[in-house]
This record gives sequence, C-alpha cells and structure tokens, in this order.
Amino acid sequence: MSDLTLTPNIDNADDFYADLLEAHEGLEKSDSEALNARLILILANHIGDRQVLSQALNAAAFKMEE
Amino acid sequence: MNKIFETPMYPYTRSPDQDAPVPVRHQVVIIGAGPVGLAAAIDLAQQGVDVVVLDDNDKVSFGSRAICFAKRPLEILDRLGCGQPMVDKGVEWDVGKVFFDEREVYTFDLLPEEGHRRPAFINLQQYYFEEYLVDRVRELQKEGANLDLRGRNKVSAVGTHPDHVTLEIDTPEGSYNIEADWLIACDGANSTLRAMLGKDFVGRVFEDNFLIADVVMEADFPTERWFWFDPPFNRGQSALLHKQPDNVWRIDLQLGWDIDKEREKRPENVIPRLKAMLGDDIDFELEWVSIYTFQCRRMEQFRHDRVIFAGDAAHQVSPFGARGANSGLQDTDNLCWKLKLVLDGKAPETLLDSYDVERVHGADENILNSTRSTDFITPKSDTSRLFRDAVLDLAEQYEFARPLVNAGRLSVPCTYDGSPLNSADALAGPARTRPGSPCLDVPLGDGFLLQELGDRFTLLTIDAEAPDEIVEDGVTVTRLALSVKDDPTLALKERYLGDAESGVYLIRPDQHVAARRATYDDNLFRAAIRRATGKE
Ligand SMILES: Cc1cc2nc3c(=O)[nH]c(=O)nc-3n(C[C@H](O)[C@H](O)[C@H](O)COP(=O)(O)OP(=O)(O)OC[C@H]3O[C@@H](n4cnc5c(N)ncnc54)[C@H](O)[C@@H]3O)c2cc1C
Repeated sequence: MSDLTLTPNIDNADDFYADLLEAHEGLEKSDSEALNARLILILANHIGDRQVLSQALNAAAFKMEE
Repeated sequence: MNKIFETPMYPYTRSPDQDAPVPVRHQVVIIGAGPVGLAAAIDLAQQGVDVVVLDDNDKVSFGSRAICFAKRPLEILDRLGCGQPMVDKGVEWDVGKVFFDEREVYTFDLLPEEGHRRPAFINLQQYYFEEYLVDRVRELQKEGANLDLRGRNKVSAVGTHPDHVTLEIDTPEGSYNIEADWLIACDGANSTLRAMLGKDFVGRVFEDNFLIADVVMEADFPTERWFWFDPPFNRGQSALLHKQPDNVWRIDLQLGWDIDKEREKRPENVIPRLKAMLGDDIDFELEWVSIYTFQCRRMEQFRHDRVIFAGDAAHQVSPFGARGANSGLQDTDNLCWKLKLVLDGKAPETLLDSYDVERVHGADENILNSTRSTDFITPKSDTSRLFRDAVLDLAEQYEFARPLVNAGRLSVPCTYDGSPLNSADALAGPARTRPGSPCLDVPLGDGFLLQELGDRFTLLTIDAEAPDEIVEDGVTVTRLALSVKDDPTLALKERYLGDAESGVYLIRPDQHVAARRATYDDNLFRAAIRRATGKE
C-alpha cells in the first residue's frame, strides 16, 4: 500500500514548474546539479517518512511496486 | 622518537616446553599479542585457565595505529583489571568539528550521558594500550596465574584434530611443538593462521590511500576531533587531526589511489604536506608515518572447530569509526566466559557457536557503518560526490543535514538482538537494556553498577525478591539486590525499569543481558540460565 502521493497535489502546478526552472536559470550545469541535490535532500527531510521516501525512489526509477 | 615501541616488552626466553620430550598440552593457546590476544589472555587467566600467548615479535605495536577507545571497551578493560591506567593516561574528548573547503561547517558534542564511570571516548596510543595490557599480564603472573607470554615465537604450522590443535613454533633457538585444547587466532589482519587453514576473508578493498602521521608538537589546537572535507591544503581529499597524550597528534591525509607509496612516505614529501596543513610556524617532529589502504571484510565463520578467530584476524574495518580494536575487545569479552564454561564441562561445545552468531552480527554492524563512512569520505562516483557536497553545504546552514554528515560513526557497543542465548523480553522496560544489550552503567554510592557485574552470571534484582544464589546444572548465579532508592540520580530506574515497578535481570559474565522479567520465577529463570549457556 502506497502512501506516496502520485496524483496531482500542487496548487497552480504551472507556477511551481516555472519557479523550478527559474531557480536554475543562468546556472552552470554543475551548479544546477548541486542545486538539485540540495533540493532533493531538503524535500526528503521534509517528508521524513522512510517508507514514502523508498516509494519515491522506486517511483522515480520507474520500478513497479510489488 | 618514542622509544616504547622499540623496547622489547616480552623478550624471548627459553620455555621448558622447548625441552619437553613430548609436546606439552595447554588448555588455551593464543596466537598474537596485539590488543585482542592480550585481552583474551588476561580474561582467561583471571578465570584460572592455563594460557600461552605466542607472538612473532617482542614489542608493542610499532607506531600507534588505534588511538580512539570507546566507553564499552574501557568497561571491558575495567573487568580485566586495567581500565584505570588507560583512562589516567588517555585524553578524554567529546567535541568534534567538521570543515568543508575553508569553512567550519558544524561542531558536534557527543554529550556523554551522566552517571557512567567511563567517558564516551579517550584517545590513547595503541603502544600504551598494549603496554598496560602487558603490565596486567605481569601482575597476574605475580599472583600465580598460569599465563605465559612468549616473544619471538612464530607459529609456522598448525594441525587440527577433533579434540585438540597441534602447533609448530619457530624461535631464535629453533622450533618446537605444543598442543592446545583450544586455539584462539588473534594474529591480525594478515592472519597467517587463516591462510594456513585456507579460510576465506571476503569484502571490499577501498581504492584509496591514507597517509597516517603522528607528530609531536606544542600546539594550542583544542582536544577535539577535526575533520576536513576538501580542504585547501589537501584538495579534493579529506584530512583529520586528533590529539593523543604526550603532545602527539594524529594526522590522516587522504592521498587518493594512484600514488607511489614509498615516495609519499619519505619525510621530504610528508613534511611539506603537514606544513601546508599546520602552517609554517609550527615546529613538529615526526613520530611515525605510514600509508594505509583500507578494507572492510570478514571471515564467513569465526569458529572452526577448535580454532577460533578474534579481532582483525576475523574481521577488518576502515578506521573511520574506531571500530577495529574496540570491536576486537568485544570479541574476546564474548568468547572467554563461554570457553571457560566449556573447558570446565559446564556447557556444551556448541555454546561457542553463539560466539560466531553474536560476533558475526557485531562485525557486520561495524562493516556496514565503516563502509558507509568510507563511501561518504571517498565518494565512488560523481553523483555520490554531488550529494556528499550538497550535504556538507546544507549542514552549514541547516541543522537537518548534520546527521547526514558521515566523517566516521564512532564505535558503539553491539546489542545481540536475535541471539540464541537470549530469552524473550518479559519486562515492559527500556529498550536499551533489552535482552542482548550490554548493561548500562549506573552510579551506586561511591561506585558504579558495572563494577558489581561480570566474570560470573548475576541475577540483578531491582525492588524484587529472589534467592541469593541459584545453581542450575553446574552454573552458579549470584544475586545482586538493588532498589531504585540506591541511586538518587534515578539512573537505575530510568535505565533498567522505565515504567515497570520492579525488575529481575539475568546478566551474563560479559555484562550482557540474557533475560529480564518484572519478578523472579524459578522455572523461567532456570530455563533462561540453560538457554544462556547453550543448553536449550
Ligand atoms: C591507521 C589506523 C588507525 C586505527 N585507529 C583505530 C582506532 O582509533 N580505534 C580502534 O579501535 N582501532 C583502530 N585501528 C585498528 C586497530 O589498530 C586494530 O584493529 C587492532 O590492532 C587489532 O588488534 P589485533 O590484536 O586483532 O591484531 P594486531 O594488533 O595486528 O596483532 C596481531 C599480532 O599477531 C602477531 N602475529 C601475526 N602472525 C603471527 C604468527 N604466525 N605467530 C605469532 N604471532 C603472530 C603479530 O606480531 C601481532 O603482534 C586502527 C588501525 C589503523 C591501521
């Protein structure tokens, strides 16, 4: 049973997406990658729940749940 | 140059065994007089076992390898009668700093819990550690213990038999043979015994080299563990600075994989590296320099019939976390009481299989932790480095990222969860004293709880009734009756009862909990004793 939300959950999704791109604008590839890494860690900490995090790792790798 | 490690501590002398017409049989022979072999010898000799220790050398560790000793091993050393000199000489520390590039990222404080006799950590050169163990050996010998420490006795061949082991030993005066009921191999990471028996030693080699330098200097760095990731003086690599007694400082500099080890070890190459780190104006002298490649691996099994492996011979970890000698002492702590019961015919030989189960579990825990530290310190891929650096950058700004920084997860004692010697937990008490755990110290009047435990089975009763002594199938258990009132700091209650009103603990000779319940029940505790001695 999955606790990970994989249905639309962000208000004004277009705005968020634009914010995400804007955060990376003008950055060198390496700085962009570093920003992504920091972002992943910040979001992961916010989620906290290990089970949800595992599910997210699987979902991102397109691994099917058993 | 410190002369201790150049002075023969146990010079070769001729043993009567060398002139015996037939090989003399000893109860236990230990190969290796490193920290682990010496601890095993002391433990067994204290219990009246006839022990011979053989070492191909006659000196303490050349240079200090291990420097950090954790609380649990110090408690074990207390039981072995030599904790105090270690603590008196050692430097206590509990603060660590982590630097990234030129910035201090954060400071941690181990914040040791109150009410323990021993500190969280001391730093002490391994040569002192071994010297104090040898002193203890001498003390026991004076008291008449049947303990012999033979320098320049190199084991060159072994023969295994169902009920004994034969050994061929080379000495400066030729070779001789002895026999042992039991053989404990504490002959280090390159164990010759392991090779002789053709046993495996599988795991990971980390493709990295570290320059380890112990320098003597008058410096006003605090007694803290300083760890650098990617510092200006060692770009792309890590560095460590940590204080030892006598103004000796441990410096580790990561060098990477493709280096010329012999070249890097030369003073003319080491000194500029150290000056870049310490600054030009600090005077220092090199005490010891070495280059290491680290490995994390273990034998599949530690017991092979009458031959039992302990310490680095059985398992090897990277030093980040100080888990080598610290875990080796937990091996012998676990093994010696079992061996004593088996030698006395009070427990079946299969009790020794629990050594295998419990210490393989301990080794796996240590290998897991030190592998993870090494992966953080030496990222294996660009992505791994990306996340590592992200963690360090975040740690400077945000508290949440600090637990992810892994510059070594320092040695903590192993809890033998799932051990066949444990009885099911029958007390709604604190998790950290559940069956399998090492007992936690508690202040008691002028002393401490752990001083009252160990070397024998104890029935600890806290505000509970029980017989003063139980004898079950040859195994004697003595009661230690306490009340929560004995400890005004309430640590006894907090560490052993939690919300429970009373508690009865069956405690093994190595101070690990075997069983616990709220009250004494004769049948159940007798079953627990049988279980803890491998009879159920
Ligand atoms: C750089 C470095 C830093 C470390 N830091 C720490 C730390 O901070 N804390 C910690 O707990 N651990 C640390 N360690 C690990 C620690 O040094 C080892 O785990 C420890 O020495 C292992 O002890 P041992 O008795 O098992 O083996 P050893 O100390 O290697 O002793 C083995 C002995 O067996 C003898 N021997 C070998 N073959 C034979 C033979 N055929 N016949 C007779 N004798 C033989 C050898 O001469 C030697 O005396 C560190 C290691 C290194 C390299």
